[in-house]
Amino acid sequence: MLIRRNLVERGFSLGALTLLTGCDISDNNAVQSLLARFSRWNDRVQEALFSDRRLAPTFPESMAVKNFRYNAWYGPNLAPRLQAADFRLLLSGKIANKKPWTVEELYALPQVTQITRHVCVEGWSMIGKWTGTPFRTFLERVGADTTARYVGFECADGYYEGIDMPTALHPQTLMAFKLSDDILPYEHGFPFKLRIPTKLGFKNPKFITTIYVTDQRPRGFWTDRGYNWFSGS
Amino acid sequence: MSAGGVQKHALVVRIAHWLQALAILIMIGSGWRIYNASPIFPFRFPVWATLGGDVQTSLAWHGDPGVATAIAWHFAGMWLLLSSFLLFVLWGLFSGHFRRDFLPLSPRSLWRDFISALHFRLDHRLGEYNAVQKLFYWCVIAGILVMLISGLAIWKPVQTYPLELLFGGFQGARLVHFLVMSGIVLFLVVHLTLVALVPSTLVAMIVGRFGPRESKPMPGPALREIGEGS
Repeated sequence: MLIRRNLVERGFSLGALTLLTGCDISDNNAVQSLLARFSRWNDRVQEALFSDRRLAPTFPESMAVKNFRYNAWYGPNLAPRLQAADFRLLLSGKIANKKPWTVEELYALPQVTQITRHVCVEGWSMIGKWTGTPFRTFLERVGADTTARYVGFECADGYYEGIDMPTALHPQTLMAFKLSDDILPYEHGFPFKLRIPTKLGFKNPKFITTIYVTDQRPRGFWTDRGYNWFSGS
Repeated sequence: MSAGGVQKHALVVRIAHWLQALAILIMIGSGWRIYNASPIFPFRFPVWATLGGDVQTSLAWHGDPGVATAIAWHFAGMWLLLSSFLLFVLWGLFSGHFRRDFLPLSPRSLWRDFISALHFRLDHRLGEYNAVQKLFYWCVIAGILVMLISGLAIWKPVQTYPLELLFGGFQGARLVHFLVMSGIVLFLVVHLTLVALVPSTLVAMIVGRFGPRESKPMPGPALREIGEGS
């Protein structure tokens, strides 16, 4: 008798648990703030794990995808088509020389090529061939305060992101002007995107129109939607 | 645990067991939701069985269908899984729990108990595991270890490189993570079925003991009631 009653009670509580996990438990302020606290803890763990000397793996050219996947919350036909003639990259915050940059000036910077892997937070990955200027070179050239904590970005499609200074100065962090040896296509962020192989894909902003250096942690489009801020890989 | 029709679980084992049970539920529920965002195989898990919140509520709150919340659960749950797993394994190794209860394990005894199990002819002796059960426990312990290592390779493929090569690359690590998860789910199905068949094992895992009364007094009144009731 006792055993049967146990089973019945357990059956009900398991059912209740399934219901809870299925819809209620995540949509709750206390749970969300607990998860946010863990996310901040994971930011600190990832900052500690990050080393500016550890390079992301590079791959042979044969593994680089020619037709790189387009990814955004809107379709490729809605992607901004920035025109080289009137594009100006604006600089603000802790930067000595805030003179806006034209596409011509950007493309005249010294460039390197790297074949690295883009890893999406959802799990898919793709290897691409990227050519551009090490972001560090650019930051030094404009007299950015590299002792500041963060670099933030604002983009032509309303996107906004920010990264920690150690990642900004990492040797593989590029202002990528070319993908697969061709000038960056409009939908991939023309005139340039920030290519960071040590970060998840969504921390690689496209169509950047403003770069700022700051000590306040910049907000991020997907971070504001619940994703982890550091999102290193 | 001790033989002779009495099942005992040390307090540490019970705490580690239930924390792992909670962690595994969190990891599977949130993992299924994350899998759905970019499936490896041509199917998705039903949303009601996943952890990450109601899609419409989540869209209204965050502008995200709950994948962000699932990832937040997964990367919070991993700390609970890691710590409770370490507690369980270190205690099991140093207290002699693994040696006493999960060993010896020979191919011969395994074959004998496997055949008996197929014929539903296994003796249920509380407090003693048969060879198939012992193998099952070793497998799930190894499985959780592989989940932790492949999970680390997926979470930090750059910082832990070349760890992913152990699994044949980043996508290989995702595949291993998925397949071993499936094995753990299978273990849970068998484990819970056996608990349903022999519910006294659940009592022992909660209160620490189940079986005929010994000559020395029992620790508490609740235990005595259960002992008499069965």
